[in-house]
Amino acid sequence: MRLVDMSALVELREVSLQSEGEVILDRINLRVEQGDFLGIIGPNGAGKTTLLRIILGLQPLSSGTVILFGQPVETFRDWARLGYIPQRVALDPRFPATVAEVVASGLTGRTGLFRSPGPDAARAVEEALQLVGMAHHRQRLVGRLSVGQQQRALIARALVTRPELLLLDEPTGGIDPEAQEQFYELLQTLNRSHAVTLILVTHDIAVVGSAVRKLACLNRRLVFHGEPKEFLSDAALSSLYGAPVHLLSHRH
Amino acid sequence: MPEFLQYGFMLRALIAGLAVAAICPAIGLFLVLRRLSLIADTLAHVSLGGVALGLLLGFPPTLGALGVALVGAAGIERLRASGRLPGEAALAIFLSGGFAVAVVLLSFARGFNADLFAYLFGSLLTVSPLDLLLILGLGALVGGTVVLFYKELFAITFNEELARVAGIPVGAINLLLTLLTALTVVIAMRVVGILLVSAMLVIPTVTALQLSRSFRSALTLAVLFALAAVLGGLIAAYYLNLAAGGAIVLVALAFFAGVSLVSRGPAHQNA
Repeated sequence: MRLVDMSALVELREVSLQSEGEVILDRINLRVEQGDFLGIIGPNGAGKTTLLRIILGLQPLSSGTVILFGQPVETFRDWARLGYIPQRVALDPRFPATVAEVVASGLTGRTGLFRSPGPDAARAVEEALQLVGMAHHRQRLVGRLSVGQQQRALIARALVTRPELLLLDEPTGGIDPEAQEQFYELLQTLNRSHAVTLILVTHDIAVVGSAVRKLACLNRRLVFHGEPKEFLSDAALSSLYGAPVHLLSHRH
Repeated sequence: MPEFLQYGFMLRALIAGLAVAAICPAIGLFLVLRRLSLIADTLAHVSLGGVALGLLLGFPPTLGALGVALVGAAGIERLRASGRLPGEAALAIFLSGGFAVAVVLLSFARGFNADLFAYLFGSLLTVSPLDLLLILGLGALVGGTVVLFYKELFAITFNEELARVAGIPVGAINLLLTLLTALTVVIAMRVVGILLVSAMLVIPTVTALQLSRSFRSALTLAVLFALAAVLGGLIAAYYLNLAAGGAIVLVALAFFAGVSLVSRGPAHQNA
């Protein structure tokens, strides 16, 4: 049996998933080191979201092992060390919670049962809101914000525990291009200035060239894992997507 | 002291009613926002089986309702969590099944019509000192538990999956909420009756949701609307000789209608 590698925040070993006889993921091996900014791309149905859910222990595996911070995901309990921003949380516009209340709820798991958040909680909420540029919206109802602002509120919620690892699933869906640009700037700031390791699932191939440091291309199996510049040729992308793909760069 | 409070039965009715008013929306808010309002109605119908058992076998029907509602709550949560049936279908099975069992049991227990009506439609004015103690005791238990688990209940209400990733024991908190609903239903049963229990959980909550500016304010407003409905309904029942349970629910509905008309709150703007 291999020893657990403590330097990796996430390690997948031979991870496979079958459902109703269909292969969803096939022997995925992947390591995410501290400080990485990993983009996971792939066509629809490639298993990107499933892979993220597997890392988070939300989806049982058929075979293989997931190691989070040196521990098997099944026994991992230190959830405050990571944050998760799911694919477009459908927020009811009538949900009666303020941005500050939603962000504070990110501390619930860390605070633990039968305990109050304590005096540091308000400061942590304020810092997280400042970091994502949402401090002036703190008392607004979260359901009334634009999609981009809601996404920022959810990131603040994920950041409030000062996690070492952030997992984002298609975070820019429904956000206008200008807000997207700001969003990726925020991710890069988190990665470079705050040493947050990022795993970003996206279908926006153009983003990955300029924003991420490493790239994983998934189509049920891992087609590529390495530096973006090694991969981002039209020919290689076409082989992944099975159709001609032309990359249009846009600045992030 | 107002005239209607000079009678012991009215004072007991008022205290019991206000206790129920403070508890129902505190549970109702979480249920409504999670689209689980039907759970209260289901557990109320299931608990009728316990009432019937009590009437038939000669033990306090409220205790029967309590036992059956708690067992029903655990069963509902298990069926719902298994995902084998859509959530509402699981509730419909328990609602109709529980009610059917109660109807069959009651067919053996002829001559209990008056007692049965007290549970079906509420009998606030006949609350005994012992009933009052039970209502206050269970009410304190429900209220205290909501305060203790407020942050976990909020987290699962906002988003269950995010709560799970944050390390919150989602399954256990869901079960807790359903069990608290069962207790609340049994407490409220005495006040508004089995058939109107869910009204006390839902109507003040949806009234408050139209005005609230935060989760805490939604909770506070919902409790205030429920307290006002009980007070108004009880006074109307006393002076106009109406059924107290029905009068309370009608006052709550009047608040809802009034707020809906004048509200510029979230529901109004985004509906």
